[in-house]
Amino acid sequence: MCLAVPMQIMEINDSQAIIAAGGVQRRISLLLLPEAQVGDYVLVHAGFAIQKLDEAEAQESLRLWAELLAAEEAAEEEVGRG
Amino acid sequence: MKYLEEFRDGAVAQRLAGRIQAYAGRPVNLMEVCGTHTVAIFRHGIRQLLPPNVRMLSGPGCPVCVTANADLDKAIALALMPGVILTTFGDMLKVPGSYSSLQRARAEGGDVRIVYSALDALDIARRHPQQQVVFFAVGFETTAPTIAASVAEARRQSLGNYSIVSVHKLVPPALRALLDSGELRIDGFLLPGHVSAIIGSAPYQFIARDYGIPCVITGFEPLDVLQGIALLLAQITAGEARVEIQYRRAVPPQGNPAALAQMHAIFQPGDAEWRGLGLIPASGLRLRDDYAAFDAERRLAIETPPPKEQRGCRCGEVLRGVIAPPECALFGKTCTPENPLGPCMVSFEGTCAAWYNYRGA
Repeated sequence: MCLAVPMQIMEINDSQAIIAAGGVQRRISLLLLPEAQVGDYVLVHAGFAIQKLDEAEAQESLRLWAELLAAEEAAEEEVGRG
Repeated sequence: MKYLEEFRDGAVAQRLAGRIQAYAGRPVNLMEVCGTHTVAIFRHGIRQLLPPNVRMLSGPGCPVCVTANADLDKAIALALMPGVILTTFGDMLKVPGSYSSLQRARAEGGDVRIVYSALDALDIARRHPQQQVVFFAVGFETTAPTIAASVAEARRQSLGNYSIVSVHKLVPPALRALLDSGELRIDGFLLPGHVSAIIGSAPYQFIARDYGIPCVITGFEPLDVLQGIALLLAQITAGEARVEIQYRRAVPPQGNPAALAQMHAIFQPGDAEWRGLGLIPASGLRLRDDYAAFDAERRLAIETPPPKEQRGCRCGEVLRGVIAPPECALFGKTCTPENPLGPCMVSFEGTCAAWYNYRGA
């Protein structure tokens, strides 16, 4: 029920936005996220944007995971050689 | 960045699972509060990755499931009232109340319409000025601001035929009630990502501070869930109890202030009846007096017979994490998603439905 899907804002008219999701365009309300801008990815729940997705935070998560992967793979190679 | 595939990488998932499997501490019970997490955990086969000393319990985080029969009975009575169009979210249609369901009310001639957004219900009210359009408003903090926005819009547009039945519920008071019951030991909470996108991290601090239980606000992709569990185990191992945010891309510590302001402008906390948990003080949202005109219960005289529970249904215990669905004698026998006897089997995100749909997976 608390499902919310990331979608990109294509166009804004007053408190409404056109968003693209899987090739389909839909209208959503920006009444709960008035600061949203065209190009932002937002979480959409029950026809409303409820939060803007923070790209820097997302990139940081991915970077930390890439590091974890690289570090553990390197450690395994060490073990393999030793 | 599409915010989806990036968080499903199999190689990283294996590494995160490896961290979880390396947990060598005492046996722990971790509760995923949110029904969307329950489904994600089953869909991605995460239970099978857990070592025997890490057990996941499902919590009360399915709004459809925790809606009390007395409230469902009101919606059903409204649907059968002449001149009323009852609108609600799709999940509610098949949920059995004491004597009937909205689906049955519709078959009996009630005008029940499923909407995707509360704003769709406003459109219906505009198109049918001679009828009363009532929105049966279920949902946690994720959803309540959207309903609040619809009420504010109705006032702005002077729509006199739109009203709501608010059975909204708040997550933090339910967690406190669960902990105070002392019914089961919970060693960590995987907290709901989208409720938290609205309320932020502050409202959960009491869990870490007063109960000493680690909390991680977690996203819904497989890497999110695995990392959330790994972070909980790291806190447990270190003997810490903090509210951490794993789902940082969607949950700023302060949540969404505009949505919270909208919610608080229209609603105030009130006592609420939860299926399985009973009456919990200040765990619901009712319309402020200033918005009483939009309260369907004040506008329309709703009469319902005394509520009763489905015999043998153990939904309440499932919602408290006390039993797993297969421990209920009805599960998978007389109670299935096609013919649900209790709400936990109706909602796709109900714990019983998740167990049933992914059994053998």
